[in-house]
Amino acid sequence: MGEQSAPATGLRFENIEKRYGGIYALRRLTLEVSPGECLALAGRNGSGKTTLLRIAAQLVRPTRGTLSFTGNQNDYKARVGYVAHATMAYDELSAEENLTLFARLQEVANPAERVSDLLKAVGLVERKDSLVRTFSRGMRQRVAIARALLHAPSVLLFDEPSTGLDPLGVAWLAGTLRSLRDAGCTILMSVHGESEIASLATRAVRLDAGSVAADTRAGANFRAILSFADA
Amino acid sequence: MSLMSNTSALFGKELRTEFRSRELLTTTVIFILVVVVLFSFTFDPTATESRRFGPGLLWLAFLFAASLMLQPCFLREQGNDTLSALRLSVPDPFAIFLAKLGANTLFLLLTEIMMIPVFAILYNVPVFRVFPQLVVVLFLGSLGLGVTGTALSAISAQARMRELMLPLLLLPLLTPLLIASTEATAALLDPKPTLRWDWLAFLIAFDVIFLTALWLFGEYLLEE
Amino acid sequence: MKKDGLFAFVVVALLGYSAYAAFYIAPDEKTMHLVQRIFYLHAPCGMTALVAFLVAFVGNVGYLVKRENKWDWLGIAGVEVGLAFCTVVLLTGPIWAKPAWGVWWAWDARLTSTLVLWLLYVSYLLLRTMIEDPDRRALVSAFYGVFSFLDVPLVYGSIWWWRTQHPQPVVFTSGGLDPTMRKVFYLSWVSLTLLMVLLIRKRYELEELRSEVQALEREAEA
Repeated sequence: MGEQSAPATGLRFENIEKRYGGIYALRRLTLEVSPGECLALAGRNGSGKTTLLRIAAQLVRPTRGTLSFTGNQNDYKARVGYVAHATMAYDELSAEENLTLFARLQEVANPAERVSDLLKAVGLVERKDSLVRTFSRGMRQRVAIARALLHAPSVLLFDEPSTGLDPLGVAWLAGTLRSLRDAGCTILMSVHGESEIASLATRAVRLDAGSVAADTRAGANFRAILSFADA
Repeated sequence: MSLMSNTSALFGKELRTEFRSRELLTTTVIFILVVVVLFSFTFDPTATESRRFGPGLLWLAFLFAASLMLQPCFLREQGNDTLSALRLSVPDPFAIFLAKLGANTLFLLLTEIMMIPVFAILYNVPVFRVFPQLVVVLFLGSLGLGVTGTALSAISAQARMRELMLPLLLLPLLTPLLIASTEATAALLDPKPTLRWDWLAFLIAFDVIFLTALWLFGEYLLEE
Repeated sequence: MKKDGLFAFVVVALLGYSAYAAFYIAPDEKTMHLVQRIFYLHAPCGMTALVAFLVAFVGNVGYLVKRENKWDWLGIAGVEVGLAFCTVVLLTGPIWAKPAWGVWWAWDARLTSTLVLWLLYVSYLLLRTMIEDPDRRALVSAFYGVFSFLDVPLVYGSIWWWRTQHPQPVVFTSGGLDPTMRKVFYLSWVSLTLLMVLLIRKRYELEELRSEVQALEREAEA
């Protein structure tokens, strides 16, 4: 599941600013993510984590500043996978139909095979013909992750991936993230406090009011960042 | 070309979603029926009166139906944020619009064709001898409804009071289409039916102009 | 600032002169007499409205392409001023029609088209009030503005063609314009166009100021 279609990708956010009317979601944010790094993004609600991840996914256009990445600048979309709290799949279609649709759209090679492999990997084979509308939160998360992995991305963006998951679901997610990390994916994930998921990270960054407030790369303490304690 | 293959994949999805529930189609047909029946109480549907008022009322009913039926078009992509999933997966966002406007045009056309026999019976107008030509007029008109309606539903999905905004934005814009379609339909329902190429050309121009504008600027509507 | 004041003075002076000309210099029209003089206001306002909407269209396209706020300011200025001139056309229509023909409204091509345009651009303004985020508002209304302006020739074309198929008595004509009438007409047209330029300019500046105030408020919060 962790195989990538491209060499590991690094990201660079340069002086990113994102304004929504009067509110600054991000301001003067500069951050460099090395290829293969697993970065945990911590911070209070409203600190800009979701906005940063959506900018990394190129879903949101920054008001100012640039996002750049290593390698070919044109096929970034093909190298990025994004998982958020929303299911990002159609309730009225089955799991398999959803994955097949997105595989076709992204021109994945051997789509039927790839869909089948992913359904197996996320453990949804028995429910592949059920409509997503009938899925629990945990199963929706699995569909979302499968969809994000269809095109074998080398950058993965997770926005609070463990929200709403039961302990079994969290354990499964942790295992999945571990194998992706070990396979060399660059992972950027926003987390809430210390957890099994957060401890997979090789680096932690805390955002506060839209800027980088602390960074383990700059010497800050990993656990302190995650628990919002100033260190 | 990936635009065409993306469009057909998404078009298939739109069709599959709708035909599974058939909610939009059934409610739209019933709505048009209700409007057409209600209109008949505002004048006396004798044959000559029907020929005078019928086509206009029919197209008004189609316009109202479209402005209601097109509401969910982009709204339903918000619930599970599937719009983001599409934007991530599709290189040219125009495919999203093309697929939706194609599906919307098809649904509108289907409901209209279903209404024609009912209209013919209730208002005593001869439609079957000009049925193929009528379908051409319905198609060109529905295409205009589909193009503008799909674009504007992407707009109204971002506004407050969106249930009222879509008709408000759409209906004045569609004045030329209403005139052209009504004239062309009336000419076909005349005792001496004629196919009005001038109005058909106008409809084609309408469709092409707005489709081009949508192609040029549509993707900006999907941005955050 | 001084240049602005001078321009405003020139515009007001010209408007005053053309009003005078409309009443005292233009010869009396043989059938409608006094009422016909409203033509010198009615017709040029119609044309000026279209020019204002064209300015708005330029602003809308400019915003879609460049994403700089000044284009949005131009767009809203053009629409509001255009709508004001449209309103004058719609008000002078009945004022002209009632005494001259006994009807309040005539569904002639120009008046009907103006009514549709009025509805279209009122919707544009309403749309703007329904979107909170300023950047979103600018983008979405720019798109709708483009659609609206593309509809303008279609509205005029379809209504005019429809009217030729189902003719109505012609209500608002200038008759055969005699040379003096023509001169007064052009004078009126020029002064109204200059008024349009002045109004758009002022509205643009107002929007620019509003934007600055909001930016300062944001900085104060930060």
